Amino acid sequence: MKKHLLDLTITENRFIGENHILMKLTSNEKLPGVVPGQFVEVRIDHTPTVFLRRPISINFVDYKTNELWLLIQLVGDGTNHLSTLKAGDVVNIIMPLGNGFSKPTNARDKVLLVGGGVGIAPLLMLGAELKRDGFQIDYLLGARTASGLLLLDEFRKYGDVYVTTEDGSEGETGYVTNHSVLRKQRYARIYTCGPTPMMKSVASFAIKEGVDCEVSLENKMACGLGACLCCVTETSVGHKCVCSDGPVFNIKNLKW
Amino acid sequence: MVDLKTKIGNLVMKNPIMTASGTFGYGTEYADFMDISQIGGIIVKGTTLNHREGNPYPRMAETPSGMLNCVGLQNKGVDYFVEHIYPTIKDIDTNMIVNVSGACIEDYVATAAKINALKEIPAIELNISCPNVKQGGMAFGTTCEGAHAVVEAVRKVYDKTLIVKLSPNVTDIAAIARSVEEAGADAVSLINTLMGMAIDAEKQVPLLSTITGGLSGPCVKPVALRMVWQVSKAVSIPIIGLGGIMNATDAIEFFLAGASAIQIGTANFIDPTTALKVADGIKNYLERHGCSSVSEIVGALKVG
Ligand SMILES: Cc1cc2nc3c(=O)[nH]c(=O)nc-3n(C[C@H](O)[C@H](O)[C@H](O)COP(=O)(O)OP(=O)(O)OC[C@H]3O[C@@H](n4cnc5c(N)ncnc54)[C@H](O)[C@@H]3O)c2cc1C
Ligand SMILES: Cc1cc2nc3c(=O)[nH]c(=O)nc-3n(C[C@H](O)[C@H](O)[C@H](O)COP(=O)(O)O)c2cc1C
Ligand code: FES
Repeated sequence: MKKHLLDLTITENRFIGENHILMKLTSNEKLPGVVPGQFVEVRIDHTPTVFLRRPISINFVDYKTNELWLLIQLVGDGTNHLSTLKAGDVVNIIMPLGNGFSKPTNARDKVLLVGGGVGIAPLLMLGAELKRDGFQIDYLLGARTASGLLLLDEFRKYGDVYVTTEDGSEGETGYVTNHSVLRKQRYARIYTCGPTPMMKSVASFAIKEGVDCEVSLENKMACGLGACLCCVTETSVGHKCVCSDGPVFNIKNLKW
Repeated sequence: MVDLKTKIGNLVMKNPIMTASGTFGYGTEYADFMDISQIGGIIVKGTTLNHREGNPYPRMAETPSGMLNCVGLQNKGVDYFVEHIYPTIKDIDTNMIVNVSGACIEDYVATAAKINALKEIPAIELNISCPNVKQGGMAFGTTCEGAHAVVEAVRKVYDKTLIVKLSPNVTDIAAIARSVEEAGADAVSLINTLMGMAIDAEKQVPLLSTITGGLSGPCVKPVALRMVWQVSKAVSIPIIGLGGIMNATDAIEFFLAGASAIQIGTANFIDPTTALKVADGIKNYLERHGCSSVSEIVGALKVG
């Protein structure tokens, strides 16, 4: 897929809860087509400490309004700077990057999308496209506490949403892998994105149950283009770049 | 009329701008953003005799105005390059240059000889910052004898333009430059990355898997400029300057310090089109200063 270097204009940038923003951006030209699970590299200027671009998942592309959505957790100077930008500000973005999730093979398959923390971001567009293509989907979303469960109304548009919180403030108490839906339903495929320990336990559940499973990794990146080889993960065929061979990997190819 | 055409040894370039090894892949990774054949030269990934998996993750840490890396020369080896990569890049209408690394002199020689046979590769850049495994792991480029020996051996099997890339992790870079000139190098490029380190204070762990790594980006520019200046006083072969160049003004500073050409490295990660923007900016600068070619400002620094 052709990569584009674009100056996008912010149409809306608002806080969701205390620690996340949903940024929507547009362009005079039609935004490039993307595959769910792909990401963008955001340039961050005018901060004293941020030098490299920041990789952020594509949360959603609304082709009708020509808007790109980014769901961002504020963790350091770069993401905090992004939270100060206003509608009308311009952000330089390289997109779309990476491979994206693959589609299930059998049209009647029921699939599960498991997200933790801000790792839920790429699962919104994935669910939208899977639903459009006729797949039946369930979401299983986890957070530490209720305020960390983001955009639930958006997710409910595309499937049933099950939630867990570690403190029990919403949904079932505990980790996503403790949720009762996993014992009741049988899925043909699982997609997951979130903190590595969460993805690893989802992966071991999938292996145990013999379910096909794709995970989206978040390694530290410099170029995002497959040029510098900084972002590698170990696979069954040696080091692969998370930015260009991933970020989505089938767990059978990872050394998990 | 400004003409950016530049010659380094027998190497003729459209402009004095190259992209630095390890930061620009094989060039093709950047082809969506611009016409990469408009770059004066593209120096591809470090290539070794045998396949190398490189170092474990994490291989990168952002630092103030720069970054550290410890990629560790991950590449599939020279035979794979010749069979599978060369055919995909040989028709790019610019100078495609291979950066050659090795763990012992024999490796450098064997790799250089194989690349010498490739018609569309007009030059190699010898990375002498690699540890010499047969001599206790000290980098070839940190002693005059080591640098001289590897360049002399490669010179015997390589008859096109031989660029030698110098390590800045030395006390007297001018002395090293003199020994590689004497050993038959056609040009030197400098600087490679500076050894550095970064720590996660909360977790009390290093940020790189190898603990130490190579520093690059704007934070190294003053060191690079100083070294280009010192080397320009010591040798008569052309100098290719690099280290932290982000824009045309940075590039001009390297020309003034004595470089005949420059390379863009880490800046490619922030703006993939930096090389072409720098070419435009240099043209503009030369016009404003009434010059018709870059050679008029090479080493033109006014001192005292
Ligand atoms: C492919 C990919 C997709 C991503 N998608 C999203 C997304 O949709 N939304 C989102 O909010 N974030 C996402 N991230 C993570 C995001 O890139 C980092 O949070 C961001 O770079 C932090 O920048 P900063 O300057 O704010 O913080 P920094 O100052 O760089 O770091 C602050 C703290 O955060 C930690 N941190 C930095 N990067 C990461 C990371 N990649 N993973 C975990 N911890 C990190 C650092 O170790 C440090 O302790 C993604 C990362 C990748 C690789
Ligand atoms: C990720 C990365 C990989 C690199 N790999 C190589 C390499 O294989 N061979 C080499 O000679 N230099 C390598 N370098 C060094 C650069 O070519 C360059 O000398 C250095 O980064 C300084 O220039 P800069 O500040 O413009 O990046 C690498 C640098 C980076 C950042
Ligand atoms: S970040 Fe450069 S290769 Fe992945």
